[in-house]
Amino acid sequence: MFPTIRAAVNGLRHSLGLRTLQTSTALQHESLFNHRDTPEDNPDVPFEFTPENKKRAEAILAIYPEGHKRAAMIPLLDLAQRQYGWLPISAMHKVAEILNLPRMRVYEVATFYTMFMRKPTGKYHVQICTTTPCWLRGSDEILDAIKKNLKVEVGETTSDGMWMLSEVECLGACVNAPMVQINDDYYEDLTVDSTNEILNDLKAGKRPAPGPRSGRYAAEPIGEPTSLKGDPPGPGFG
Amino acid sequence: MAFGSDRSRFTDIDFSGKRAVEDKDIGPLVKTIMTRCIHCTRCIRFASEVAGVDDLGTTGRGNDMQVGTYVEKMFMSELSGNIIDLCPVGALTSKPYSFTARPWEIRKIDSIDVLDAIGSNIIVSTRTGEVMRIVPRVNEEINEEWLADKSRFAYDGLKRQRLVTPMIRDCNGELKPVDWEAALLTVAKVVKGAGSSIGAIAGGLADAEVLVAVKDLLNKLGSEALCTEHTFPLDGSGTDLRSSYLLNNKIVGAEEADLILLVGTNPRFEAPLLNSRLRKAWVHNELNVAVIGPKVDLRYPYEHLGDNPEILQNILCEEHVFSNKWKSAKKPLLIIGSDTLERPDGAAILAAAQSLAAKTCPEKSWKVLNILHKIASQTKFGEGNLKVLLLLGADDCSINKSDLPKDCFVIYQGHHGDYGASIADAILPGAAYTEKQATYVNTEGRAQETLVAVSPPGRAREDWKIIRALSEIVGTKLPYDNLNEIRDRLDQVAPHLTKYGYAEEANYFKQAEQLAKKTQAKLDSSAPIDVKIKELQDYFMTDSISRASPTMAKCVQAVLKQKQSKY
Repeated sequence: MFPTIRAAVNGLRHSLGLRTLQTSTALQHESLFNHRDTPEDNPDVPFEFTPENKKRAEAILAIYPEGHKRAAMIPLLDLAQRQYGWLPISAMHKVAEILNLPRMRVYEVATFYTMFMRKPTGKYHVQICTTTPCWLRGSDEILDAIKKNLKVEVGETTSDGMWMLSEVECLGACVNAPMVQINDDYYEDLTVDSTNEILNDLKAGKRPAPGPRSGRYAAEPIGEPTSLKGDPPGPGFG
Repeated sequence: MAFGSDRSRFTDIDFSGKRAVEDKDIGPLVKTIMTRCIHCTRCIRFASEVAGVDDLGTTGRGNDMQVGTYVEKMFMSELSGNIIDLCPVGALTSKPYSFTARPWEIRKIDSIDVLDAIGSNIIVSTRTGEVMRIVPRVNEEINEEWLADKSRFAYDGLKRQRLVTPMIRDCNGELKPVDWEAALLTVAKVVKGAGSSIGAIAGGLADAEVLVAVKDLLNKLGSEALCTEHTFPLDGSGTDLRSSYLLNNKIVGAEEADLILLVGTNPRFEAPLLNSRLRKAWVHNELNVAVIGPKVDLRYPYEHLGDNPEILQNILCEEHVFSNKWKSAKKPLLIIGSDTLERPDGAAILAAAQSLAAKTCPEKSWKVLNILHKIASQTKFGEGNLKVLLLLGADDCSINKSDLPKDCFVIYQGHHGDYGASIADAILPGAAYTEKQATYVNTEGRAQETLVAVSPPGRAREDWKIIRALSEIVGTKLPYDNLNEIRDRLDQVAPHLTKYGYAEEANYFKQAEQLAKKTQAKLDSSAPIDVKIKELQDYFMTDSISRASPTMAKCVQAVLKQKQSKY
């Protein structure tokens, strides 16, 4: 919005022969690395681990020896995120309290890892891989299909709070490209139709089976195996 | 344009724009220009390792990494100013000093800080007769390369609330400015009329020269009533043996200790740089700390033994669990706050401490007993039927007008219009520590000298010279006319006062302990041991200079605001 207005104003000035003040645009990351209080995310929002998660937290803490308990920070933050859906600042404070650490040490970790969502996130987080192998196998079409189906742009959350779409780098399923990750599940070997089917199933409250959609079991070749068909030869014959 | 375009030719590799980072508000002392930050993380390491206040850190990753506090928060440390010196690029700069002077305009004078008892070495930067800033000077034996915030930023108090002309209270009870001649004549007349019923109280900022001059003047008039605002027990060895009122093991010595017992002191705010040494020892040297007194935040964990003074006695009689630790410590230190010794049972506390110190048998050169003072100069006040009372910068409300005889004439000599001046009948304006060449002794007993950075404002004069001028008019002329001669007199009284930079070893610990055993004073278990400065907001304004400082007032406000905040 603003760059277009600025370009238009600059163009007008240029045609009038006026000298413009040229400034370089500030580079900004999509997520903010400073906390801003919002109605959903402020230290007054209560956060407490549920009784089951408290047990889990104790089990996590028990893994690490005394004096190294701070190593439990990432698992605990993850536990908090799984419980709350995303990671509000009060959850970070809770984790700092449990580990008896300065809050800043928790903020540092929570902002470093991109998988900690510090903003309200949809119930389903659709992460589409657009790195080279997936892109070669048509991830652009898949992305368009998702945008159309969910009516959401990359980096946005739908207004009903159900879906969030992000574009991510390689998720390590190149053999089964193109693929998306929805919450913890990988959906692979996608086509536009199968993508829509998955999304519609999820919308209907079903849980579509994760894995390849091409009939493959895993990463084996489609159809017949092409090599290594016979028994493996003994030592000295390979 | 002759020198090329005034626009930047910078384009980054993907033409997306120039990296910029938003500035952080971390309090009234440190200004941040975060775009300059190169992520060296020195400030973070200082905050976490030296100051022990983990408020700073890095957020984000890669090109988007930032140094800051993540949430809006003040950097709540009494040592925060040091991150300005640490910052290699000027991302952290001094807020009060910013855009006030250029480095090539200022003159730098090496001096000594007097706002706490450490005696930090400082450089006073001045321009056109004004103190522009104060920065630390390295002295590994005292302040290392650090400086506490009050010492660094209270200098703007030197320009405000100053006494610039002598004043006499007229018949309407108003202080009227007069010239030196009239002031000295009036004061001299009263002093002459009083004879030997004259007394003087010296405040915390008085230098050794003026103390000697006042002492000499009073003695010549036949009075012995020179005392200091902060009292010291006179039972036992009292102040006769230096070992019973100094930080005997020196500031550096604290680093080697393996067990420290703090009695009625909060070193974090009474002597921030000693506390940073204790923290250093705690981090690197397995130091254990125990505290008798109120629970305060020292920024390192300690064992809280309680606040009853009898605990000292219990440890001594081996009735306390702590006494085993105390006995087995190889290098124990006992640090007593000077506040504690001001209590009615101060002498008993000191005696118990001396016996406790004598019970340990560390290495020969190791001194267990240490007294930590809060102010730069400290020496009791015998109430008598005084006709004249001279207040030498005594501003701590230790004396009340109603406590004095009705016809007592109060003379205030000092540099700030604070409490002392408000009760005075005559005011003689003196010089502050940046305006005189004067001798100060720190809590270790190390004599150091301040140098003249700027001249005293208005008609204010160097303090000892005022006393010398007054003595002549009173008719008891003091035998020194210049600095060398008064320094000779200092040398006569106490030779260590003129060995600048050298901390003379204190001795006679055994004798002091034996004398202390004779004291009749009893520990008063009904009064818990307390310290005056408990929280950060109490730290900033403790003397007439810092009370006059707008920057210090802003600090107090900012700290109180931060305490309301949820972060």
